[in-house]
Amino acid sequence: MITDLFNVKRWEAFFKVLPGQYIPGFLMTLRVALAGLLLALVLGIIFGLFSTSKVKICKLLSRVYVEFFQNTPLVVQVFFYYACLPYVIGGRVPKFTLGVIGVGIYHGAYIAEVIRTGIEAVPRGQFEAAYSQGFNYLQTMRYIVLPQTIKIIMPSLANQALNLVKNTSVLAMVAGMDLMYYADSWGSDRGYFVQAYLPCALMYFLICFPLAKLARWLEVRAKQTPVPKKRKEVA
Amino acid sequence: MGAVLSPIFTKANVSFMMQGLVMTVLIAACTILLSLVFGTIMAMIRHFCTGKRAVLSALAGAYIEIFRCTPNILWILWIRFTMQGDPTFKAIFSCTLFTTAVVAEIVRGGLNGIPKGQFEGAASQGFSFWQTMFLIVLPQTYKSIIPAMLSQVITVIKDTSFLKVVDIAEFMRNSSVVMGQLRMPAQILALYVFIAMVYFVICFSLSCVVRYYQKKIRT
Repeated sequence: MITDLFNVKRWEAFFKVLPGQYIPGFLMTLRVALAGLLLALVLGIIFGLFSTSKVKICKLLSRVYVEFFQNTPLVVQVFFYYACLPYVIGGRVPKFTLGVIGVGIYHGAYIAEVIRTGIEAVPRGQFEAAYSQGFNYLQTMRYIVLPQTIKIIMPSLANQALNLVKNTSVLAMVAGMDLMYYADSWGSDRGYFVQAYLPCALMYFLICFPLAKLARWLEVRAKQTPVPKKRKEVA
Repeated sequence: MGAVLSPIFTKANVSFMMQGLVMTVLIAACTILLSLVFGTIMAMIRHFCTGKRAVLSALAGAYIEIFRCTPNILWILWIRFTMQGDPTFKAIFSCTLFTTAVVAEIVRGGLNGIPKGQFEGAASQGFSFWQTMFLIVLPQTYKSIIPAMLSQVITVIKDTSFLKVVDIAEFMRNSSVVMGQLRMPAQILALYVFIAMVYFVICFSLSCVVRYYQKKIRT
């Protein structure tokens, strides 16, 4: 493996396929990740709000969604879409759509849970205190509750984004033309595994490492949130 | 209905898929145990190696970052193609690689939660460092990370389905083999529902245990 690493001929072969395969694959992964994150956020916000609402049916719906998609593997879900979506829409499903739907719905379930815990973490007293000061509902949300919720959930959201980028690689299993797919197919084709996988790892790292750093920074910042002090009983 | 379902769930098919399930559970169990061992070592390095040995701590940190920021399939494929040996061992090894990184962070979180007084108390009673670790600190750490570790077990069980890509005879791969014999869309749909349900039952019961523990800790 070490001698392979310094094999100049193989690296030359890699740089020949870099613009033709790796760069499009990288862009595909990026596009799927961005669109998937958008879908996951939309689904997560909708179902997260559902699960904190007082309407029973909404609560139930959101529970079922979260539990089902969190407790089955992404691989099974993506293969399911791969096999069954063509019957639904009556034609070939573009790999981009498949990837976006796959990671979007899967991580939507996680984000819904993040948002639920974020809203529930804001103490009830905050609402009451705001009302007592004459804030209306929208003002309470805008100035009191949401700033706290966002601070609480941001680290988890960044973590979810990171995992989402990693999970787009599941597309490689259904020939999804993403970075992992190109690395795998070129590597197995030529047998230059080190040259195929090392740059691939580096490219994923390039996207994920800033997200990991961001998550850590947000975590530190979230801990500085002023916590409500226990009220002393005044005689 | 019977004509649709009976070709799928024949005795041979079901037992073939169940063999896969046993393999899935086996790989997941080995992965969790191994990564708990290595993760604990790594967490201790991160937590206690300061001053002159800070370079070790930095190395462990780099390991964690690298595996946290690269996809699991990449490592499964890489190990599969560049190492010699039994495919199942390689599969467990590659799963252990990326699970260790996560478990190390979980254990470190647990270690951080142990009050300093515990160390001081142990030192005052004449315990050596290793005695303090094994008799006092680690038991408390493990107790506090039970919910997080159980969630990680769920993740590992789900992650084993990635091993289909290197043709390990686990549940997802065996079910796909069965699926290869089917022609009708209704049959394929039924089998997918079955696969999803099997994973769901296992993972959901585990997540119920997680919730039970979290409630117990809070009260």
